Amino acid sequence: MHSLTKDQSPWIPNGKEGVMSLLRPLLLDVVPTIQQTAALALGRLANYNGDLAEAVVKGDILPQLVYSLAEQNRFYKKAAAFVLRAVGKHSPQLAQAIVDCGALDTLVICLEDFDPGVKEAAAWALGYIARHNAELSQAVVDAGAVPLLVLCIQEPEIALKRIAASALSDISKHSPELAQTVVDVGAIAHLAQMILNPDSKLKRQVLSALSQIAKHSVDLAEMVVEAEIFPVVLTCLKDKDDYVKKNASTLIREIAKHTPELSQLIVNTGGVAAVTDCIGSCKGNIRLPGIMMLGYVAAHSENLAMAVIVSKAVPQLSVCLSEEPEDHIKAAAAWALGQIGRHTPEHARAVAVTNTLPVLLSLYMSTESSEDLQTKSKKAIKSILQKCTYLPALEPFLYDAPPNILKHVVGQFSKVLPHDSKARRLFVTSGGLKKVQEIKAGPGSLLQEYINSINSCYPEEIVRYYSPGYSDALLQRVDSYQPLAN
Amino acid sequence: MATLARLQARSTFLAHQYYFRNSAVDVFRKKEYDAAVKIQSWFRGCRIRAYLRYLHRVATVIQKCWRGYLGRQHYQLIVKLEFCTMKMNLYNAMAVRIQKRWRGYRIRKYCFNYFYLKEYLKAVSETNDAIRYCYQGFAILDELCDHTAWRLKRKNTTLFPVYSMLNTSSHQMCGFSMPGNLRHQEALEEFAEMKEREEKKADLEREEKKRDYQARKMHYLLSTKQIPGIYNSPFRKDPDPWELRLQKAKPLISQRPKVKQKRGVNISNRLACTSARSLPQSEILPPIDRKQCQGPFRDITEVLEQRYKPLEPTLWMAEPINELKMAREELRKQEWMRNINDNMFLPFSSYHKNKKYIPLMHSSSKYGPNSYGSQHFRDENPKKWICDKDFQTVLPSFDLFSKYGKLYSKAGQII
Repeated sequence: MHSLTKDQSPWIPNGKEGVMSLLRPLLLDVVPTIQQTAALALGRLANYNGDLAEAVVKGDILPQLVYSLAEQNRFYKKAAAFVLRAVGKHSPQLAQAIVDCGALDTLVICLEDFDPGVKEAAAWALGYIARHNAELSQAVVDAGAVPLLVLCIQEPEIALKRIAASALSDISKHSPELAQTVVDVGAIAHLAQMILNPDSKLKRQVLSALSQIAKHSVDLAEMVVEAEIFPVVLTCLKDKDDYVKKNASTLIREIAKHTPELSQLIVNTGGVAAVTDCIGSCKGNIRLPGIMMLGYVAAHSENLAMAVIVSKAVPQLSVCLSEEPEDHIKAAAAWALGQIGRHTPEHARAVAVTNTLPVLLSLYMSTESSEDLQTKSKKAIKSILQKCTYLPALEPFLYDAPPNILKHVVGQFSKVLPHDSKARRLFVTSGGLKKVQEIKAGPGSLLQEYINSINSCYPEEIVRYYSPGYSDALLQRVDSYQPLAN
Repeated sequence: MATLARLQARSTFLAHQYYFRNSAVDVFRKKEYDAAVKIQSWFRGCRIRAYLRYLHRVATVIQKCWRGYLGRQHYQLIVKLEFCTMKMNLYNAMAVRIQKRWRGYRIRKYCFNYFYLKEYLKAVSETNDAIRYCYQGFAILDELCDHTAWRLKRKNTTLFPVYSMLNTSSHQMCGFSMPGNLRHQEALEEFAEMKEREEKKADLEREEKKRDYQARKMHYLLSTKQIPGIYNSPFRKDPDPWELRLQKAKPLISQRPKVKQKRGVNISNRLACTSARSLPQSEILPPIDRKQCQGPFRDITEVLEQRYKPLEPTLWMAEPINELKMAREELRKQEWMRNINDNMFLPFSSYHKNKKYIPLMHSSSKYGPNSYGSQHFRDENPKKWICDKDFQTVLPSFDLFSKYGKLYSKAGQII
């Protein structure tokens, strides 16, 4: 009967009350196999959806499970931990119910068990409970789970390591104090060792745990770096598994965003090139942390931004900008380009040479872009334009930019043209002077001043020649001219 | 007397003459007086004028000297001032030169060294190239290193030397000054190619094995003399390669399904003979020349089943009630045997400080979580106990149905 229930459980969403009342006395049965199978059935039911899990909680089954967890053999413990995990994963309230019936202490006792399957089940349950919010994580930590999880990480079974790493990641992600607790137990050294492991799912979890630890503060990031993860982490950026790449670039991003010194360290070990190649080799959301990492590195100082440019990141970012379909990834790429190009004219030139400015402009002007994308591309354009002295890239802007951006473009021209004669010639021959004359600006506005300063670089005849309506004025003069009567 | 008379007669004449002469003089007296005054005043004027001229000359000399003195003093002041200003200008100019050089030097050396930046960027790009080429092969080298590292770990050697060796090698590959970089690169690329070739070979071999297995399963599709098989169609010029494969294939013998070991029932520990096959199966036939025994007998297979039945302990016996405790004891004994020192477990982060582990207040003070209501549900009062031991949670075995249908005797069975 119990095996029947176990097999049918994925298909019984309804009649949950009846099922609970059927299964509950089976839990108290004498025969251990029946207890175990009943627990397994409960677990699968609770796993299926949240309502059934709530029914499990309401049916007062949890105290019985917890009580017998301490006493029974390992198969029962595994099944009971599976039930707790299945119940705890759906929502914080259910997880809180599990904590309230004192399951945490027993789960921690299970973590000390010598059977790795029991440890895995207990660690999984603890991880799912700690995932929801900081209070639950704190409860898990207070029950003394963290040192035991670190012990579990050192066990030889790969599955146990994975689960323990993911539990540590879930615990440390909520707040710096929790991350500090995890670090105090010495988890970083063990996690750092496991980066070399060939199993890709384990690598995912380990990298995710390290990035959750490093993201909170500079000290934690420095401690993660001190565990000598560079340059080994860069090998993970070449892994075949996409999520390993994503988590590795998340880790590098979290470290790079804190201080310029940490970014410098990453640049010195060649991290920027590795991340750039990683961005080139994957698509979609996997790229996003890598793009953000480049932006953070470039944002700190102009030397770092120059290092990013030297690592050939700018063409890669402009490829991302043009070919990604999703708006938030485009927004991230636009932001990163803005951070790279905003420092000095050299940087702005490096960005402008790759022809990204028209793409940014079109993203800003298009009505389909989200607001976030529009704001970010506008900021990027403005910050790059304010430093850009590379005139061939600025010229297209004269034609299709909106007035607020046109102001900056014309301002840049007015700064560069007075000093460069070749640029002046090019400006005239490419039709830029003509376009500038056609711009209508309010008198006394900044735009008019810029136009005046551009006009003052050229002799009057040329300015008049290119001013609009000059041909009509000439024809009028022809009409009104009286030839000298001879 | 006559003279007196004459004098007296002349006296009036005398008087008149006297008066007349005096008054005649008086007429000229004024003129003469005025003339005399004029002459005198003119002379006096000349004298005074001469004196004044003299005085003027003298005063001019004095004033000339004095003014010259003052002017020279003034001039000296101006010259001094001018000199000072010229000196200060010179000093300022020299100071500007010194400061110019110093500021240029300071900026170039301490604040922003352009050439250093250039060198740094060059080094960064070299590192990047190293990473790109190294790690193209490293992705495959990485697996190899991991396998060796993990094999080492399984032998219980510490990973740190291997890790640091990997680290230093990769640091060497990625340091700023890399003399042997190109050698590394070439070696790694060659290695990568070799690895790729090996992988391809392994793939091909796997494909061959699969096809062989399939051919063995399909051996009956081979064509005979009378009937051509499906791969040997008469309309073809030459038979399909599968036909040749089928000719070479050996027919597959279907294997018996393996008996799955039931987990948990660890009977082998309880029996003297530990192999499951050491007891004869019931399929073995009895000897032929046996004398027939008398009486209604049960089916011989049933008898042999019962005779050679392996031990089927009840679940009560399968797991002892205090298995957990025993296992824990065993583990503790093993650990005690293996321990080098028996000191208490110290926490990881303060290990080198030799501090004692301070457990949570919850678990160490007597005001911790109450186990009543969560771990046990009976109230306890040890003072009222007769003996000093508590109740043991010992569940009696409820054996009613464990032997159902498994007893040899037919007692109680409804036929």
